[in-house]
Amino acid sequence: MIEGTVVGLGSADLLRFYYYLRLTRGLEDRVIKLYRQGRILGGCYVGTGEEAISVGSACALEPDDVIAPSHRDLGAHLVKGVTPNEYMAQYLGRLTGLTRGKDGTIHFGDLRRRIIGFISPMADGIPVATGVALAFKTRREPHIAVAYFGDGASSRGDFHEGLNLAAVLRLPILFICHNNQYAYSVPVSRQMAVPHVADRAKAYGLPTRIIDGNDILAVYQTTKEAAAQIRGGGGPIFIECKTMRMRGHAEHDDASYVPRELLEEWRGRDPIQKFEHYLREREVPEDQLRAVEARVVKEVEEALDFAEKSPLPDGPEALEGVFAP
Amino acid sequence: MPEITYLEAIRQALWEEMDQNEQVFLLGEDIGTYGGAFKITKGFLEKFGEDRVIDTPLSESGFVGAAIGAALMGMRPVVEMQFADFISCAFDQIVNMAAKHHYRLREPVPLVIRAPYGGRLHAGPFHSQCPEAWFIHSPGLKVVAPATPYDAKGLLKASIRDPNPVIYFEHKYLYRHAKGEVPPEDYIVPLGQADVKRAGADISLITYGAMVQQAFQAADQMSEQGVEVELVDVRTLYPLDTDTILTSVKKTGKVLIVHEAPQVCGIGAEIAAVIAEDVFRYLDAPVVRLTAPHTPVPFSPPLEDYYLPNATKIVAKLTDLASY
Repeated sequence: MIEGTVVGLGSADLLRFYYYLRLTRGLEDRVIKLYRQGRILGGCYVGTGEEAISVGSACALEPDDVIAPSHRDLGAHLVKGVTPNEYMAQYLGRLTGLTRGKDGTIHFGDLRRRIIGFISPMADGIPVATGVALAFKTRREPHIAVAYFGDGASSRGDFHEGLNLAAVLRLPILFICHNNQYAYSVPVSRQMAVPHVADRAKAYGLPTRIIDGNDILAVYQTTKEAAAQIRGGGGPIFIECKTMRMRGHAEHDDASYVPRELLEEWRGRDPIQKFEHYLREREVPEDQLRAVEARVVKEVEEALDFAEKSPLPDGPEALEGVFAP
Repeated sequence: MPEITYLEAIRQALWEEMDQNEQVFLLGEDIGTYGGAFKITKGFLEKFGEDRVIDTPLSESGFVGAAIGAALMGMRPVVEMQFADFISCAFDQIVNMAAKHHYRLREPVPLVIRAPYGGRLHAGPFHSQCPEAWFIHSPGLKVVAPATPYDAKGLLKASIRDPNPVIYFEHKYLYRHAKGEVPPEDYIVPLGQADVKRAGADISLITYGAMVQQAFQAADQMSEQGVEVELVDVRTLYPLDTDTILTSVKKTGKVLIVHEAPQVCGIGAEIAAVIAEDVFRYLDAPVVRLTAPHTPVPFSPPLEDYYLPNATKIVAKLTDLASY
């Protein structure tokens, strides 16, 4: 895919993809460093090596489509409008984070930006996104819902119940799997006895696509086509993106159980380097690439500064907001 | 005022709310063509169409999750959990996704889960449970349990109009064994308000659900012996109306708490603790509980009769309390 040309994409689009890829990696690298310095709270969950799935798919959606991201989908949040400031403030438990200190790490969402908030039990967002799609279908709204999840989540009942419900009701929903080959320490071969997560989706009657998740143009193009088909009333579609989790489950985990050769093989397929190579082949000027990188560095540092200067909650707010008024 | 059954009251509440607000819709197993396991939604599919009366696959977690998603989009889903026992299959979506959502993100989840619960129909350990305590213990959920047709209709309407997730426990025995007057006009019973169903100066009997009927019978028998029981129907288990409970206890000085759910960590334990903390010096006797024992609900009629609290057992406890 990456050698070819994606119809309809100009250099502004390509630079936009590049910006979100770089911004995702830049923010997460910064958070990893903060974690090592003991400057953040709780765990540290990143999607290093998987940025193309999240960014490429979100860039292929319409503004009113609703996404239900998982914990390695920072890129999709950013594309949908979450700011670097909000992300950093969230990680540091500040009042300016999207949950005002009520929840941490990547556990946020925002319906104004059409994002369903992620929660820790894997696959829980799948039925919820299915319900979003149900609302669209009932109200005859032309939007789609997108649920993101990993290979591990595909073993949970909520994955199966959500896919099946979407299939029998023919709902406008796209399922996007990051098959990153490990669920914490468990390899995909111990997760399922079929070769592909997509095989599970086929059992529910969903059309499936299996693509290279490290190729942003493949992700973009496949999502674009699937979204159009779904919007046309074709029912749900399942895309499995093959990729590799390049770090531990979270930063406390050194992932020593992952064979080094496997990591080395995938390091050579890094989605950002791969896309840079493509951009250079397309003769996107080097100074434009460097300008994107400089912008990202600046935004990441500004976000950290913003977060560290933001107030922490006082404490009594812990009691507020349990119920809607 | 017309007298209707508890079942009819629930049916009317659903019908009227769906008629008034097109965002209200139903999800659940066998609720469409079949009209629901208890026939509450009979005729709804014909009236409201398959977009608003959705027969789901057997997948409690899946359809509760879907209801949450639709609620986040501003719709008003009402889920029928065919038997409250099966709510365990959706527990994660309820307590982790729905209950915590507003707290984390300030986005309301206007969801109602109707859960037909309770025993006395000899339906065994998986069709008779009273799992209300599971949800009372989870911050972010409102939990109601009406005892009369009037309350059943008014509380269901209030639950559907509430912007929060509400677990609505409707007692299966009451469906056809409770009749009462229900006004024809639109009304609600506000969530979070207990109701003094019978006034009395001697003993406060605090209960809810199907035990309200048993409590009435017991109170009448006690009255013949000259003991006047004040019967407080809690109605909403969370938020609990402690004011009404404490006011009654201050007046009578003696308390019997009755519920059909098992005793350990049940709502009775919470009510007893609130009374002990707040009005201890008004008490003339220890707070007493009468509940089901800590076993699964048995199937065979003599076993279930032995298991469940009833008017006779309530009278025995009240008699002890009266002579304390």
